Amino acid sequence: MLYAILCYDSEDVVGSWTKEQDAAVMARLGAVQEKLAEAGRLGPVARLLPTTAATTVRKGREALVIDGPFAETKEQLLGFYVVDCATLEEAIEVARDLGRASGSEGAFELRPLALYRPGGDVG
Amino acid sequence: MTDPAWIDAAITSARPQAMGALLRWFRDLDAAEEAFQDACLRALRTWPEKGPPRDPAAWLIMVGRNAGIDQARRRGRQQPLPDEELISDLEDAEAALAERLDGADYRDDMLRLLFVCCHPDLPETQRIALALRIVCGLSVNQIARAFLVGESAMEQRITRAKSRIAAAGLPMEAPGPVERAERLASVAVMIYLVFNQGYSATAGPEGPRAPLCDEAIRLARLLLRLFQAEPEIMGLTALMLLQHARAPARFDRHGAVVLLENQDRRLWNAAMIAEGLALVDKAMRHRRPGPYQVQAAIAALHARAADPKDTDWAGIDRLYATLERLAPSPVVTLNRAVATAKARGPVEALAMIEPLAGRLGGYFHFFGLKGALLDKLGRSAEARACFDRAIALAGTPAEAAHIRQHLDRLSEPSAPATARSGS
Repeated sequence: MLYAILCYDSEDVVGSWTKEQDAAVMARLGAVQEKLAEAGRLGPVARLLPTTAATTVRKGREALVIDGPFAETKEQLLGFYVVDCATLEEAIEVARDLGRASGSEGAFELRPLALYRPGGDVG
Repeated sequence: MTDPAWIDAAITSARPQAMGALLRWFRDLDAAEEAFQDACLRALRTWPEKGPPRDPAAWLIMVGRNAGIDQARRRGRQQPLPDEELISDLEDAEAALAERLDGADYRDDMLRLLFVCCHPDLPETQRIALALRIVCGLSVNQIARAFLVGESAMEQRITRAKSRIAAAGLPMEAPGPVERAERLASVAVMIYLVFNQGYSATAGPEGPRAPLCDEAIRLARLLLRLFQAEPEIMGLTALMLLQHARAPARFDRHGAVVLLENQDRRLWNAAMIAEGLALVDKAMRHRRPGPYQVQAAIAALHARAADPKDTDWAGIDRLYATLERLAPSPVVTLNRAVATAKARGPVEALAMIEPLAGRLGGYFHFFGLKGALLDKLGRSAEARACFDRAIALAGTPAEAAHIRQHLDRLSEPSAPATARSGS
């Protein structure tokens, strides 16, 4: 079984770390990832840019574009994509296409990546 | 067991939120600060044993508020206690408080806290110092080092600034839409002042002012989280990120400034650039251009060029034309002329800056650029006169050295004008 492990933490607190603290945390996490990668168990790893860089596209007949992260609590995270887009417009276009195809309610939160490691082929 | 570094970061990050709420309750900067300090001391005692609270800001507000009220009681009511309606607030549970922190009250609390540091009566340096002290929580000693003054002098400056604000009265009523927009604009200016105080450092990226850039970016992100759909706040945040991304390449190992076109672009901070570009994209969608957005868009075009020769100078020229319209100033026109020279040649650029001679007659960069343009046109004698003037006006040895390179080349009679690379 493949597991996605989603990271939740206080953005305020993580944003207050010094460069050294941040680097130390990333190095410790890197060591754990390294072990998983050696065992051929590690897929893609990503670190997201702050929520201030996020845009939300609410699905519907006319998709609604909202600045900021997804903030509702009545919907749950069901999946995610990583797509290469030259601009935010392109990413919004992809989200619109996906929204039309899904035909349901809900939203997509578009978060640019700060760091991406594609990882090995797993599963 | 809670890591002391985590507690530090939790307190730092909760500070603006907690100080904003405490300021609303106590209506006095000193009282709010004292209450916050008190809460922090208790946090340092309690959190390592009991573990951190779910919402550090809510915890600090609750505890700070109670501590502040105790203080006021002990002083025998020399100071008036908060109004009755505010006292009824005190019964709120921590959970309810945490929930409200996400609401509009909290947004106005934070904006007020930032805004009190922008009082128009305060000189710029005092606004910066106050924001760093009150909102960011930097120590007086850290701020004094950033301004290259003694600790007691800085202490006095901050005290004077606070009494001026107290005398003027705090704006406690909830702002209307127009006022809110005005406050937001003043706060944006203040944040950019903090950034520039750090950015204009001459001591290199590890100098005592460097943390000011990080603090300014943190404040801007905070403001953007409160006002998520404000394109100028996106622009401001992007501008600072894109400029600060270059920090590792801006100084050589001797601490001398390295010009943009000579910087090793591999040293630029890729994550900051990605964030800055994402924010520029977001802002552009609003089609409400403003000076910060345009400057950020200019910085974005520089950031997108992996090599200086790939720079989209025509695009930069157009953006500067927009900036001239939105925020006209001779310095903006001068900056535009650099792009114009690259995009359309020295003749047009020279025609653009010649009318500025009166207003920029004491400005180093004016003569540096005019000299370089004349040099490109083969008008060596005039170019030399401009470079001499520039050297006389140079603010730093690095600036003077840069101009001297031009002069050295001019004095080589064998070098044909056409073979010279532009600067």
